[in-house]
Amino acid sequence: MKLLKLTAVLSTVVWLSGCNTLGFGKDDPNAAVEGGEVAVEDRNADSSGIDGDNASGTDLDGAETQVIVGDDEFQGGDVLDDPNSPLSNRVVYFEYDSSTVRQEDIATLEAHAAYLGENVNVTIRLIGHTDERGSREYNLALGERRALAIRQILMLQGASVKQFQVTSFGEERAEVEGHSEAEWQQNRRVELNYIGR
Amino acid sequence: MTKRWLSTIWLLLVVMPWQAQALIIEITGGTESALPIAIVPFGGEGFSAPEDISAVIQNDLSRSGRFAPLPAADLISQPHEKSDINFKDWRLLRSEGLLVGKVSSLDGETYQVQFQLFDVYKGQQLVGKRYQVPASGLRRLAHQISDQVYQALTGEIGVFSTRLAFVSIVNNANGSKKYSLQVSDSDGANPRTVLQSKQPILSPNWASDGERLAYVSFENGKAEVFVQEMRSGRRNSVAAFKGLNSAPAWSPDGKKLALTLSKAGNAEIYILELASGKLSRVTHNSQAIDTEAVWMPNGRELLFTSDRGGRPQIYKVSADGGRAKRITFEGRYNASPDISSDGRTLTMVHGLNGKFYIAVQDLDSGSVLVLTETGRDESPSFAPNGRMILYATEKKGHGELAAVSVDGRIHQRLGESGRDVQEPAWSPIRK
Repeated sequence: MKLLKLTAVLSTVVWLSGCNTLGFGKDDPNAAVEGGEVAVEDRNADSSGIDGDNASGTDLDGAETQVIVGDDEFQGGDVLDDPNSPLSNRVVYFEYDSSTVRQEDIATLEAHAAYLGENVNVTIRLIGHTDERGSREYNLALGERRALAIRQILMLQGASVKQFQVTSFGEERAEVEGHSEAEWQQNRRVELNYIGR
Repeated sequence: MTKRWLSTIWLLLVVMPWQAQALIIEITGGTESALPIAIVPFGGEGFSAPEDISAVIQNDLSRSGRFAPLPAADLISQPHEKSDINFKDWRLLRSEGLLVGKVSSLDGETYQVQFQLFDVYKGQQLVGKRYQVPASGLRRLAHQISDQVYQALTGEIGVFSTRLAFVSIVNNANGSKKYSLQVSDSDGANPRTVLQSKQPILSPNWASDGERLAYVSFENGKAEVFVQEMRSGRRNSVAAFKGLNSAPAWSPDGKKLALTLSKAGNAEIYILELASGKLSRVTHNSQAIDTEAVWMPNGRELLFTSDRGGRPQIYKVSADGGRAKRITFEGRYNASPDISSDGRTLTMVHGLNGKFYIAVQDLDSGSVLVLTETGRDESPSFAPNGRMILYATEKKGHGELAAVSVDGRIHQRLGESGRDVQEPAWSPIRK
C-alpha cells in the first residue's frame, strides 16, 4: 500500500514538473487568474525580463522542485497530504451564474478522479457555493448544480457515484466577505472535502 | 417519532429567552400626499396606562405613509368623546379624520379602552368601539384600532396588527455566526426569537392561519425544511431527503407545502400534503433549476423561478403539474416571486445590469415597475393587503429590511443596529 502511494507521489511529481506553468495555486483562489495574466506578460517579456517573483511563480526550476518533493514530511504519507500534489487543490471556481467547469480546472479534477478511482473506499463531499448576488434560494440550487457538475466530471474520469456526498450552501457561507467582484469570484466555488481527513 | 422528539428537545435547548433588539421603522420617502388626521391623546383618569395607545396608533398611521397626523401643538382641544367636540372648530384644521378615545383601569389589571373616529366635515362617527383587555393586550389592541381607522378612511384593509418574520445574524468575534429566526409586531416592536442556530436559516413562510412557520434550516449540515408552531414552539422536520430541501410555501388552505427538492437529481418543485406525507412532483426538467414556488391565491396554480430558458425567469404551472408558462419577459433575471392576495400583482427580484431591484408586474397587462434603488434588494414579501412589499436590502455592508408601496411612492426602512437582518416574511391577517 505504501509503495502504491509512493508511486502515486512520484508519478504526481513527474506530472507536476511537466505542468507547473499552469500554476497550481494550492489555496490561492486567484492563482488561475494570475496565471493567465502572467502568461500574457511572458509573451512580451523577452527583452524586458521577468522579475524574480514572476519567474519563481510561473517557471519553477528543477532545483526548487526537487527541494519540495524531497521534503521528508511527505515520504510514505498519503498523497492527499502532499501540498505539492494537484490533489491539494481542493477548491474549483466558477463564472457568475455558471456551473460550467473552467478549462484550467480540468487537470486538477482529473487528478482527483484518478485518486478516487484508485481508492474506491475514499468518499468526498462536494460543497457548492455562490456569490451573494440575486435570490438566495436560486443560489442554493445553483451551488448544488456546481457541485453536481464537478461530480459528473469526476465520475466520467473513473470515480463512482457512491463515493460522493453533494451539498450546497448557496450564498450563505462566503469565503470572503465583501461586495465587489474581487470577493465574489472567490465565493463562487465548489469545495472538495475528503471525508475523514 | 424519535427524530421529532429530538428536534423538540433541541429547540428547548437552543431557544433561550433573551431579549431581542427591536427594529426601528422610519419612513424614508413618499409622504407628500399623506392624509392629515387629528389624533387626540386618549384620556386616562388618574392613572398611567402601561402603553400609550394613541401614540402607538399615531406611529402606525404615520409609518404607513398614507397619513400625516397633526402635530400635538396644532390640536385645538383635547376631547375624549363626541360631546366634547366642536366640529366647527376642528374643520379649520383641514383634517378629515378626528380620532378620540379614553382608557380606564377596571381593577389594575384589566383596562377598558374606547375609541371613536369622526368625519370632521359631516360631524359623524365613522367607527367607534369599546374593549376590555389585560395590560398585556393593550399594544395589540392599539394596532387593531389603527387597522380600523385605516380601513374607515382608505377603504383598504389595515395590516398593523400583523407580524413580521425575519432572520437576524450576529457575527461573533471568533468569526462564527449566530442565526435567529425572529417574529415581531408589524411596527418592529415586541421581537421574540423563535429559533436560534449556528447554521443558516432561510425562507420563512407563514401559513394562512398565522400560527405556523415553515422555513429552511441547515442545522443538520444541509438544507432541510421544518414546520414550527408559533404558540407551542413545537417543530417537525417535514423534508430531509437526499439533496436540497428548500423554498417552502404554504398552500392557501394551510394543508400543503410546495417545496424544492433535488432528490431526483436536480432542483424540482414538489407538493407535500402535510397530514398524509404524500409527495407529488410538479416540475420535470432535469436540465434546469426549478425553485421558489408560491401559490396563486386560487390554490390551483404555482409561480416559480426556473432557468429553463437559460436565465432565471418566473413561470406559472398547475399544481397538478403539466406545462409551465413563462410570465416574466422584461430583463435577464427575474426571481423570488410573491403574489398579491388578489392574485393580480407579482413582485420579484429584477436584475438590471448586474444589480438587483424589487419590481412589480401587473399580471394582466404584463407591465413592470421597478420600485427600489439600492441595487442589492432581495426576498420581496407582500403585505396581506397588497399595498406594501417588505424586502431585504443592504446598507453600509449590513443587511436590513425595508418596505415600499406597490406604486413605489412610499419607502420605509426597518433598521437594526449591529447585526444583519434578512429573509423577511409578512404574516397573513390574524383571523
